[in-house]
Amino acid sequence: MKYLCLIYDEEKKIETMSKSEGDAFMGEYFAFTADIKKSGHYLGGEALQPVQTATTVRVRNGKMSTTDGPFAETKEQLGGFYFITARDLNDALQVASKIPSARLGSVEVRPVVEFEQP
Amino acid sequence: MSENAAERARAKVDAVYRADSRRVLATLIRLLGDFDLAEEALHDAFLAAVEQWPHDGVPANPRAWLVSAGRFKAIDAMRRRARFDASLTQIAEQLETRTADPIDWDDDGVEDDRLRLIFTCCHPALPPDAQVAMTLREVCGLTTEEIARAFLTMPPTVAQRIVRAKAKIRDAGIPYQVPARVDLPYRLDAVLQVIYLAFNEGYSASSGESLTRHDLSGEAIRLGRLLVELLPEPEAAGLLALMLLHESRRTARTSPTGELVLLGEQDRSSWNQAQIAEGSELVARALASRRFGPYTLQAAIAAVHAEAVTAAATDWGQIVGLYDVLARADASAVIELNRAAAVAMRDGPLAGLALIDAILERGDLADYHLAHSARADLCRRLGRVAEARVSYQRALGLVRQEPERRFLERRLRELSEPGPIDRA
Repeated sequence: MKYLCLIYDEEKKIETMSKSEGDAFMGEYFAFTADIKKSGHYLGGEALQPVQTATTVRVRNGKMSTTDGPFAETKEQLGGFYFITARDLNDALQVASKIPSARLGSVEVRPVVEFEQP
Repeated sequence: MSENAAERARAKVDAVYRADSRRVLATLIRLLGDFDLAEEALHDAFLAAVEQWPHDGVPANPRAWLVSAGRFKAIDAMRRRARFDASLTQIAEQLETRTADPIDWDDDGVEDDRLRLIFTCCHPALPPDAQVAMTLREVCGLTTEEIARAFLTMPPTVAQRIVRAKAKIRDAGIPYQVPARVDLPYRLDAVLQVIYLAFNEGYSASSGESLTRHDLSGEAIRLGRLLVELLPEPEAAGLLALMLLHESRRTARTSPTGELVLLGEQDRSSWNQAQIAEGSELVARALASRRFGPYTLQAAIAAVHAEAVTAAATDWGQIVGLYDVLARADASAVIELNRAAAVAMRDGPLAGLALIDAILERGDLADYHLAHSARADLCRRLGRVAEARVSYQRALGLVRQEPERRFLERRLRELSEPGPIDRA
């Protein structure tokens, strides 16, 4: 099955890291990514620019409106994602628990709907 | 076959249903990979048994017969549906080849299936109330109505929880598995929590008139027994012991008029000695393993109470010592409060009161009625009537359960009557 792991961090915490802390954190991410590529779980993944760069788009009655910022204000912000393939939820949770941000923020694991070809 | 033999076969179907339907279900879920499909198959298998056993005789291994019949009926049903929906043909074929091996149906495998079912129903990815509802329904075979009654909710609410849980099991890919060794401690915790929650809901209903809903406690004990039988982990034995030791005092803790009777005032001759013996033995075994946790320690405390012939003979020193260990294993304000009450019994009310006041000052248990009633009780024993009254009133403002409310009101009334303390 395929799962999307949505990574939520407190941006403030990440921003206030010292250079050496930040480098160590990124290093953990590189190592983790290499590990799940080797284990065959990795399908894709990206880190996102901070939440000030977010824009929310809506189309109502054919008219587009854009607003600054994410849909909801929360303490933790979506900061990146991994798209993985796993045997089952237990396997996916094992992988998610090793994402470095699981220790600082949280990781939401969502199974992907697999549509059948008509 | 004679009328008599047919009658006996029908009785046998009933007996097998009562004893084994959950085992058959657990195996069918594994073979068919779907809870709803398995339940339907179980139903069909027993229908087939009712029709065939009176004519053909009872099979040598009724359980294996039922699993085989259920599997066959499920494949058959899938084929019939495939006539309208071609995509199901492949699923039916997969089911047939994947599950063809009768070795999958042997008794060892069947016991594993029951553990699989328990761990799946208690998967931490399911919401806690859904874990309890799923376990009672799928593992214990309670109906949705029975679960709703036990938890004072509406059947549609329980039904919805179960439907959502099954959907999550299917859509999120929660596997039908006994967890791996490394995950076992934390996954077992979830299972023990579900069982203890069910027990407590039955033992001291959190609100409403009746103090004990015995059926649910009995069901939790049966479940605890099953778990110990399937998975010999010390904490599972500790939980079973704890439940048995509490349950042994069930009749003693309420008076014939439904009033609450405190441990110190209970008629100890009405305690169930068989449950005490079994519980104490389980505690001893769990403690000897040295891999025990909070349930075993709480059971050990309950066992010390059970061993005291009179309330005055209680070994409070040992109880305080066990609370010390418990507080290290599982630090919580409620455990601190219980320890304070034990200290009050060992060293006198003043020592206990100082500890309770410290806990309340931190604000941890400000909304917990038992903290205020414990404080009131110590003040009463110290002759501080005005303070006792304030604390009883605070407890009364927080209590939710009818017998406990009446108990507190009685204590408050007794304070108002000019007693020996007031006159002194």
